[in-house]
Amino acid sequence: MLIFERSHPGRRNAAQAPHHAAAAGGPSTGLRTGIPAALLRQDRPLLPEASEMDVVRHYTRLSQKNFSIDTHFYPLGSCTMKYNPRACNTLAMLPNFLARHPLAPESTGQGVLACLYDLQEILKDVTGMAGVSLMPMAGAQGEFAGIAMIRAYHDMRGDTARSEIIVPDAAHGTNPATAVMCGYTVKEIPTGANGDVDLDALRAATGPQTAGLMLTNPSTLGVFEKRITDIQKVIHDAGGLLYYDGANLNAILGKVKPGDMGFDVIHMNLHKTFSTPHGGGGPGAGAVGVAQRLLPFLPLPVVAKLPSPAGGESAARGAKPAGGEGINNEVFRYLTEKDLPQSIGHLSAFSGNIGILLRAYVYARMLGAEGMHRVAEFATLNANYLMAELYKAGFTVAFPQRRASHEFIISMKPLKDATGISAMDVAKRLLDKGYHPPTTYFPMLVPECLLIEPTETESKETLDGFVAALKEIRDEAHATPELVKGAPHTMPVRRLDDVKAARELDLTWKTPTSTAPV
Amino acid sequence: MSNPANLKYTASHEWIRSEADGTISIGITQHAQELLGDMVFVENPAVGRKLKAKEECAVVESVKAAADVYAPVAGEVTAVNSELDSAPEKINADPYAAWMFKMKPASAADVAALMDAAAYQAVVDSEAH
Repeated sequence: MLIFERSHPGRRNAAQAPHHAAAAGGPSTGLRTGIPAALLRQDRPLLPEASEMDVVRHYTRLSQKNFSIDTHFYPLGSCTMKYNPRACNTLAMLPNFLARHPLAPESTGQGVLACLYDLQEILKDVTGMAGVSLMPMAGAQGEFAGIAMIRAYHDMRGDTARSEIIVPDAAHGTNPATAVMCGYTVKEIPTGANGDVDLDALRAATGPQTAGLMLTNPSTLGVFEKRITDIQKVIHDAGGLLYYDGANLNAILGKVKPGDMGFDVIHMNLHKTFSTPHGGGGPGAGAVGVAQRLLPFLPLPVVAKLPSPAGGESAARGAKPAGGEGINNEVFRYLTEKDLPQSIGHLSAFSGNIGILLRAYVYARMLGAEGMHRVAEFATLNANYLMAELYKAGFTVAFPQRRASHEFIISMKPLKDATGISAMDVAKRLLDKGYHPPTTYFPMLVPECLLIEPTETESKETLDGFVAALKEIRDEAHATPELVKGAPHTMPVRRLDDVKAARELDLTWKTPTSTAPV
Repeated sequence: MSNPANLKYTASHEWIRSEADGTISIGITQHAQELLGDMVFVENPAVGRKLKAKEECAVVESVKAAADVYAPVAGEVTAVNSELDSAPEKINADPYAAWMFKMKPASAADVAALMDAAAYQAVVDSEAH
């Protein structure tokens, strides 16, 4: 049901309309817009007409149909669906943050700039990088920024013959897409049977044409790449750079620094690791961190802390709260093209997804350095507990000989061979049992796979309940397979025809001709 | 469904059929369509395009993933199966009937050197973890 289908001609929110428009009887009459009459549309825009109460009920009902981290266990592998602490929302929505206009002078926004500067410093510290820009507005944009910086680095040195980016076959699909978007060709290398990168294949693929390697560590297979120091040597010896895909940073947060592993550039999904709300398609935040040699290329704007030009005077005023001049004798300002002329440039109109950055900042401050260790420890403990319990229950774990990082893979292939019930059927039936399904059919290397990431915020009871639900579904697959094949049975919508949806994609609502507004 | 003995195969899961007019027809194998699942989109190379052996030249997209299809040998594209534009599911229904494109191979010996059905089956078996 769309809001358009609740539309009735003439139904309005008079209280919400601008005063003069309401008085004139409609939104499009009598407005002095300055737009030439010839350019004004003649027919009325096709907008839904509904009362305030209709709108509130419509969207409240939609929200109640949501399967979300606030309502259900959500072990969607690679997505790090952890609890979003309420304090992060509350503080990021302080009125002065919300009301701040992006074009307001920096002198009136020293508080928000101080928060962003602190966040940059925290992220530098926890990843071991030399500089951070918070500007990319999603993980994929962070990847784009990272590879664009690698390109800018090689170009600046006149090293323009490097045309290839190496990507392991287990990588997220965004990695090869990013390389191609930045004008590179992709060289894919295989994964060995134990889940690690095939080092011989990497050596064979590396050469003077290599611009860089994109690596996720721990990988999408949920295992830590043990030979990372060998890998970085192969790439660096050939003159290439190493890109760290931060999708799985949760597993090592505060434990291992990508900078120490030899990575030159990294993107972090703040919406995953730093727990800002996501899952409905955004908004995200894909901050990038760089090693020393890539500092000049960071995307703009970056927040800098400078000594206050009026420092002496402010200090003379003693403990009086800092006003327009800055905070504690320091001034925060955005660096521009003048400061970083080699920057790859702007990635958004203003300052990234600033509301998300503030939430991530509060989260990081609440955790502190000590808490960040615990994120990695408990994320790993939960994943390994769940993997061990499922293994004990007879499920096929993809890499049982390896310790899971923060996520792991089970394969439903034995169940499919025995009963015809696929990983997708199991995933749909989990909805009926009150669990969001894990990621299905990714990575493609493991047939009929479920990629399971419980995150650190779940209790043992929740994990035990999930194991019990999977065992029930396995029993149902043998006893009453039709029940599983027909799932979900209890959701607002039944099994969706994803094949038809992909083949006949239709995203436009069209007015039924009989009720077209005039 | 077993792999027909009269076809040649590649490790990247294409099948190759030698036609009477000297061209070859190329499609994807039963194993490949089974892994990918329901097809939603096929993108074929342009007729007349000259391909190197193992060059990426077509894409098959399913609800699960998109996969590249590679030229099995060097040669020139002579025809594409435009039926698949509107009915990609034909690949799922019968992958060995649903050819994707035809090529004029640069050398018949290249085609003869490709894998036979038994060798391809060994590749498939070795991939199963």
